[in-house]
Formats: sequence, C-alpha cells, structure tokens
Amino acid sequence: MKMIKVETEEKSKAWSVAWYLRDHWEAIANNKPILSMLLVVGFALSFAIPQFNLVNTYIQIIIMYIGINIILATSLNIVNGYMGEFSVGHAGFMAVGAYVSSLLTLHVFPSSLGFLFFPLAVIAGGVVAALVSLIVAIPSFKTRGDYLALITLAFTFIVKSLIENIEAIGGPRGIVGIDKLTTMPWVFFWTVLSLWVIRNFIYSNYGRGVLSLREDEIASRLMSVNTRQTKFLAFALSSFFAGVAGALFAHLLQYISPRVFDTVKSCDILVMVYLGGIGSIAGSILGATIYTVLLEILRPLGMFRMVLMPLLLVFLMIFRPRGIMGLRELRWFVPIQELNVVKRWRRRKKVTDANSAS
Amino acid sequence: MKKTVVVLLVTMLTIMSMVLVGCKSSAELTIPIGLNAELTGGLPIVGASCKNAALLAVKEVNDAGGLDVGGKKYQIKLFIEDNAYKSDQSVAVTQKLITQDNVVAIIGPNASAMAIPPSEIAETSKVLMISPWSTNPATTIDSKTGQPKKYVFRACFIDTFQGKLDAKFAMETLGAKRIAVMYDVADDAGVGLSKYFKETVEQMGGNIVAFETYTSGDKDFSGQLTKIKQANPDLIYLPVMYNYVPVQIKQAHALGITAKFLGSDGWASDELIKLGGKDVEGTFHTAHYAPDIATPIAQNFIKAYNTAYSSVPDDVAALTYDSFGMLFESLKTAGKVDRQAVRDALANMAHYEGVTGTLQFKEGSGDPIKSAVILETKNGKFVYYATVQP
Amino acid sequence: MYAVQQFINILQLGSIYGLIALGYTMVYGIIRLINFAHGDLFMVAAFISYILAVYLKLPFIPTLLISVVFVAMLGMSIERLAYKPLRQAPRVSVVITALGVGLFLENFVLLFYPYPQVVPTLLPTINWNLGGVTVSFLHVLIVGLALLLMLILDLIVNRTMVGMAMRAISWNKTIVPLMGVSVDKIISITFILGTGLAAIAGVMYSQAFSTIDPYMGILIGWQAFICAVIGGIGNIRGAILGAFILAAVQILVVTFLPSTYRDFITFTLLLVFLAFRPYGILGKPPIEKV
Repeated sequence: MKMIKVETEEKSKAWSVAWYLRDHWEAIANNKPILSMLLVVGFALSFAIPQFNLVNTYIQIIIMYIGINIILATSLNIVNGYMGEFSVGHAGFMAVGAYVSSLLTLHVFPSSLGFLFFPLAVIAGGVVAALVSLIVAIPSFKTRGDYLALITLAFTFIVKSLIENIEAIGGPRGIVGIDKLTTMPWVFFWTVLSLWVIRNFIYSNYGRGVLSLREDEIASRLMSVNTRQTKFLAFALSSFFAGVAGALFAHLLQYISPRVFDTVKSCDILVMVYLGGIGSIAGSILGATIYTVLLEILRPLGMFRMVLMPLLLVFLMIFRPRGIMGLRELRWFVPIQELNVVKRWRRRKKVTDANSAS
Repeated sequence: MKKTVVVLLVTMLTIMSMVLVGCKSSAELTIPIGLNAELTGGLPIVGASCKNAALLAVKEVNDAGGLDVGGKKYQIKLFIEDNAYKSDQSVAVTQKLITQDNVVAIIGPNASAMAIPPSEIAETSKVLMISPWSTNPATTIDSKTGQPKKYVFRACFIDTFQGKLDAKFAMETLGAKRIAVMYDVADDAGVGLSKYFKETVEQMGGNIVAFETYTSGDKDFSGQLTKIKQANPDLIYLPVMYNYVPVQIKQAHALGITAKFLGSDGWASDELIKLGGKDVEGTFHTAHYAPDIATPIAQNFIKAYNTAYSSVPDDVAALTYDSFGMLFESLKTAGKVDRQAVRDALANMAHYEGVTGTLQFKEGSGDPIKSAVILETKNGKFVYYATVQP
Repeated sequence: MYAVQQFINILQLGSIYGLIALGYTMVYGIIRLINFAHGDLFMVAAFISYILAVYLKLPFIPTLLISVVFVAMLGMSIERLAYKPLRQAPRVSVVITALGVGLFLENFVLLFYPYPQVVPTLLPTINWNLGGVTVSFLHVLIVGLALLLMLILDLIVNRTMVGMAMRAISWNKTIVPLMGVSVDKIISITFILGTGLAAIAGVMYSQAFSTIDPYMGILIGWQAFICAVIGGIGNIRGAILGAFILAAVQILVVTFLPSTYRDFITFTLLLVFLAFRPYGILGKPPIEKV
C-alpha cells in the first residue's frame, strides 16, 4: 500500500510542476540566466548521482547512454538537418572514434593513469574521425542527395570490413576488457560541450553558409559562400563529435566489435534526429531522450517492442514529417541578435499587415 | 510550446516511474540468479534449450521447498535475459543483471562469441559466471594478464582439447589425409577450433588442403566451396554453428563434392537434422553427452525434461542443468547468499557428478576436465559412436 | 573448368541481385524514393512461399504465383498507406518512413518465426555435369527467369502506354495529370511490378539457399541498391548490368582473397567508382535548372 501512495504523491507533484511550467513558459523561455542555472545544477547532479547512488546503477547507465545519443543526434543534425544532406554513415565515424580511443587507453596510455588520459583519448578519437570524414566529404562535392547517401553507406561498410580484417585490433570479434572510464560527469561535460560548439557553429557565418547550402547550392555559391570549405567544416565537425560519442560509448560498454557499428546503428541515429526534428538542437535532445527511454521502457514487451517502435515512427512521419520540433528551436539556444531580428520582422509584418488591411 | 511541455512532462514521468521500479525491493527470502541466453537471433534453439533446462532446475529446487542455505530456505528467483546472439547486447544485459537485478551469479551465455565479452565484465564486477556451453579457452582467461579468471567457470570441455580430438578422429578413425576446413571468422569458437585442429593435423603428418573462411550472416558459400572442390579433400571440417551446416553441405553437394564431413559441438542440435535432411546423413560431430549411453543421473534428467517439454534434452540443456547443479551446491556449501562466498565455494569444489559426466576442476582453473563423445548422424538421428577421454 | 564454375555462380547470384535491383530502380526512377523496405518485401515473399509449401503443400508454380501476387499487393498497399500521404513532404521523411516500414516487416515476421526455417525443395534436383562443371536445374531456371523478366520489363517500359506514362512521370510529375493520366494508378502499377520482381527473387532465393530468416532482406536490399546505383539509378538496363558486376566482384574477391575482404573491396571499388562516375555507368546527370 505504501508504494501506491508514494506514486500518486509523486504524480501530483509532477502535474503541478507541469502546470506551473506551462503557465509561466513565456517568462521562463525569455529568461536566459535560467539556462546557466540549469547547467550548474546538472553538473552538480552528475557528480552527486554516482557518488551517493541517488538512482540505481542501471538507470545511471541509461542516463549516460542518453547523453551519448544526444551527442550523436545533434552532430548528425548538422549534416542531415542543417545542411539538408542525407548521410547514413554516422555509425562509421562513431566506430573510428571508439576504436582509436580504446586502442589508446588499452595499449598506449598506462592503465593506472587511465582516467587522467581519458579526455586525451576521447579527443584523439574525435580528431581521427574528423580526418576520416574528409574521405567522405570529397566525393560529396560532386554529388548530392541520394548519391551521398550511397557514399556514406559504402563508407560504413568499408569501416566495418576494414576493422574485421585487421586481426591486430580484434578483427570481427572485437576488443574486450576496455576500462570503464566513462563517468556521468564526463558524459555531462562532453554533451554540454558538443551542444555549445554546435549551437555556436550554426549561428555563426559558417553556419549560415550551411543553411544556405541546404536551400540552394548554386545560389549560395553565387553569393560567395565557399561551398567546399563549408562542406568540409560541416562534415568534420559532425564526425568529430560522432567520434567523441563513440569513444564514450566504448568506455561505457567496455566492449566494441564491428557489428555494433553497422547500418542498423546508423539508422537508429537517423531515427533519433528525424524523430526530434531536423534543424533543431532541442529537437535532437528530445529525439535522443525519447528514443533511448522508450526503448528501455518497452523492453518488457520483448519482441513487440521492435514491432511497435517502427509503427510509431511511420505514424509520426505521416502526421508530422519534420519531426516533433520541426524546424523550430528552443529559445534558450538562439542567440539574442537572432531573437531581436525575428522580433523586428514580426513587428514590421504587423505594421505592413495593418497598412494593407486598412 | 505547449506541446514541448507535454513531451517534457512525459519524459519526466517515465524517468520517475523507472526510478520507482528500480527502488522496489522484495520481502520474501529469494536468491536472484541471472540467465543470459540466446533466446532470439541466429541460435534460438540453443537459447530455448538453455532456458528450458534452467526453468526445470529452478522448479525442482523451488518445488522441494527451496534451497537450504545457511539453515534458511530460499526460493530461487530466475532473471532471464536475451542476448539476441549479439555480443554488445550480451554485455548490456550482463551489466543489467549485475547492477539492477543484483543477481548473486550468472549462468550463460552459451556461444563463445557471446560469452567472452561479458566474462570480462563479470570478472571486474566480481560476480560468478558459469557458461554451460562456451568452449573457447579465452572465456576463462583474462585478456590482459593471460592468467585464468577468478570468477568465470564453465561446465564443458575447451577447444584445445576438442580441436585435437577432432583432428585425431579425422585422421585415425576416418582415415582422412587431405583435409579442408571452413569456419566463421566472426565466431570465436570456430576460430579457436580451426587453429587447434590445423596444428594437430599437421603435427600428425596430415595435409590441410584448404582453409576457407566466411563471416556470420553469409548465405552463399559457392566461392569458397568451389575452391575446396578444386583442392579435392577426403574430409571437410566444419567447426561452425548448427544453423550454417545444412546450407553449406547442401551447396557442397550441389557442386558435386563427395568428401566426408566432420563437425564440432556447435552441431549438436536436432535442428541440424531437421534443416539438413538427407544431406547430413553419415556425418560425424563431437558432443558433450549422448542420451544413448546415459548414466542413471542423466536418465533421471532426461525423463524429467521429456515430461516437461516433450523432447530429448540436447547438449546445451544438459550442460545448463549441470551449471545450475554446481551453483546450487556452491550456495549450500557457502552457507550464505553472497557473491564472493559462492564463488569461493565453487572454486574449492573438487568434483561434481553431473548429467554430462564427472566435472573435475583443477586448482585455480575454471575449466573442468571432461571427456567428449562422438555422434554419427544415422537414419535421421544422432547416434552414439565413441567416447574420447582427455 | 574452375573458372567456368565460378562464372556460373556469378550468373546465378547476379540474376537474383538483378531482380531485386530492378524493383529498386523502377521505384526510384518514378518517384525518387529509395525504398528501404524493398529488401524486406523480398524476405516476406520467401516466408510466404515457405508457408504455402509447408502448410498447404502446394507445388512450385502455384507457390510462386500466390507469393508474387500477395507481395505485389502488399507493396501496393504500403505505397498507398505510407508513401502517398508524404508526396508533398520533404523527401527524407519518406525515406525514414520506408525505413520504419522495413523494420516493422522484419520484426513482425520475427514474431512468428524467430527461428530460421527451411524451405522444402519444390523443384527437381537435376545436376548436369559438363566436363567437370556442375550446373543444376535451379541455376538454369533462375538465370533464365531473370533474363526473361528483364526483357518483359524493358518491353513494358519502352513499348506500352503504361510504360510511357511511367517515363513521363519520372521526367515531370506535375504535368502528367494535365495530360489525363492518373498519377496514382501509374505509381501503383510501378510498385506492383517492382515488388513483384522482388517477390520472384525471394521465392527463387529460398529455393536456391533453402534457409530463410527474417533478417535476410537487409543486406540483400542494400546490395541491390548498390547494383542499381552502379548501373545508373532509374535505368533498367543499368540495374541488370550493375547486378552482374557486383556479383562478379563479390565472387572473384572470395576466390582470390579470404572472404572477409569481400565487403571491403566491394565497397571501396564502389566508392572509387562513384568518385569518377557518380551517376552510374548508364546514368545521366540530372540537369539542374538554376
């Protein structure tokens, strides 16, 4: 009986929080400092939760997976959402990052100091992944759309079979016994860092170049946007964070093999991006969280889980083809100049509408 | 914006409900034991046998009033998880069993490729793990130090023994001099076995005329088989899982290959006969036990299994039953439901009389010294052919 | 004679790839959709033929016909239910929907058949031995059927009114209704034809390789897509050409190198090929109007 009572208490507390949020949303959304406050709270929590075991270990692992998936979804969003391409190869970059970082921590760095060298290993994984992405970026200059999809697909297969053929790094059987260096503070740090970097990239000049590429490549070239450089940058940034996510993943699961990074994984990441909303950072966060959590919750359903998920996806696509958030963005993530521009545009539109109406 | 709030709210609620689920604790005296089996994926028969035998073992103990540990009677609570024949999922469910379900020990996985990754997790988390069927030596050897693991045991013989005995059988009993091998490069069991088989054949003066590979998931072996046909072997050794054998032998016959076929313990499933039909007639393979020559202990088990599931238990079922038997013995000896205690009790167990024979553990090793049997596929059934002592 | 045997293997594998690639290329040519569910329809056909052969004990020809009709209808319904509402949506949404449909089919079949199944051989197993080379009746049937169907398809697309409508839609979708042609009907016919071909491939594949499982469509689907692209997506003759090229590369690689190199070399060649000829062998770059 005690359990049920606690549940309803929790639930009514949650409802009241939700109502409060809804009524005061405008105020909260416009209040920038709340974001920094949330960050501080989050950071403190990420230390507190593992230390005091506020939630059980398995849920801690889930939370870390959510963080990693957020990094993956947001980084893919750069290429698929903002640049409007169709890349199916994200798992390949993830694999590169995972393998490079695991090999470093297993063979190069002294294992007792592993936790000190861990950020180096993660960065190394990301850098190598970014370098490798140039291989994919070069063919993308000549082709677009579905051909790029094919190139990225071929790339995933190449990475997978390349790893399978190199016995020295475990071949098809993978690498076992990776140290568990991924902790919640690290995941939190890398998630926040990736979101910050990507958000700044999108609202910078380079980011505008990326957006213009999506709309019309030839026109943007006419407007003196350096398309090659922009494509390079977009791919490199996207793959860097994919590599970072891969490194974190490897040190959480403590085991990697080529089969983990196959097209099914790429499709999973794709689903997260399109579920949450293309061209929206808040959308990627939402998509990654919902996808990870939903998969875990539906686990007791066994096989039905994998039958329901795709059905839900199909329905979502039919009724909301641009994802839950669509192309909209959470106001905290948009820089002030941007918001002011929109405000001015809206005001002017009201004036011209009023003029034309009268 | 309202929609976002609703979505955020749903997410919050779900996370909270998960927290509450995780916080539930049970009041009765139970011993949580985890089962990591290949219930879906490429080897579902292995998973099904394992699960059936596990349920039977647990039911027998629970129906008798529970397990007597340290003077108190405990009910066994079995947490069954599916690794879907994917190694990363195998690791994930192992982590779940250890951290969320707080099991005192884990039985499984069965396939070596599924068992090796989680064995590292079990070792570092100091949780006892017994694999019923994994024959690759690496499962019980620490990859970093090369020493035997302290927390990982198995109920079957290992591939250094199996590869050697397969080679001896091929050359001495079947009289083969030119031997071809084809194995799955993504399956640890096959990789290990082919290596030991090849070494022994060459030591004994035989000739490995072809050493072909394929990867898990391949369906078309015409390229490799045509190469093998070219090499004209007397015998083809296929240390692969039962689900590949029918396709491979059928394709070989379609290409006109007339060599004999020898297999490993991965063949030991009736599915092979069902899927292979006439093509697998007259083939041989190694196994862990044979129902034909069952000891009284084995006969009791076979009868109980048959009554419960209307089928004769295969290797995996028998080995799983023995794994549980050993675990229950260790719990009783340990006197308390504690991970370290149960592990120490098992490590100190000199020998155990099981369905699959006498399991003897050497000091410091998780690998039992056991004998193997060789089965022949005759008239659509597996028939006992010979026993091989270590 | 070893080389000839491998050549026969290539013919058989290439024919199966070709049948599936044809469906891909047709659908892509007409509505610019990479139908990720195509490989899974191939798998469904294999399972339907299994059910018919095992439970209804039907002989070969009725099994083939019923499986093909069923899967063709299934393909058409999927198009009506899942793809049609998204005709105006951004193209990637349709692709994700196709992905979802594919996943759904795989796991739905998995619910009923978590174990791989064996399809009983419905065709006479006659092997002809021509000087060291073994050719089976099945080999001949598959290659013959594939070539025949490709010819028929070529005829349909190039010599009939329906085919003309299909080509018209691939050039300009908006104008076609103005000419009095029902776009919906033509697209449905395209899907029926495309999925029907994949279904035939599925039934023949299950006869050739006897074991079927719910995930068999995934890799084959991607490989068929690659065939279609190598030959020039949207081009029927290109799809067939691409299919035989891919089969040749795959089997030749396995002949000379360990089979683990197969995927690696296949895809590296593909990447290199696309770098130099991105629109495929018989394809033409689309004219981009500025």
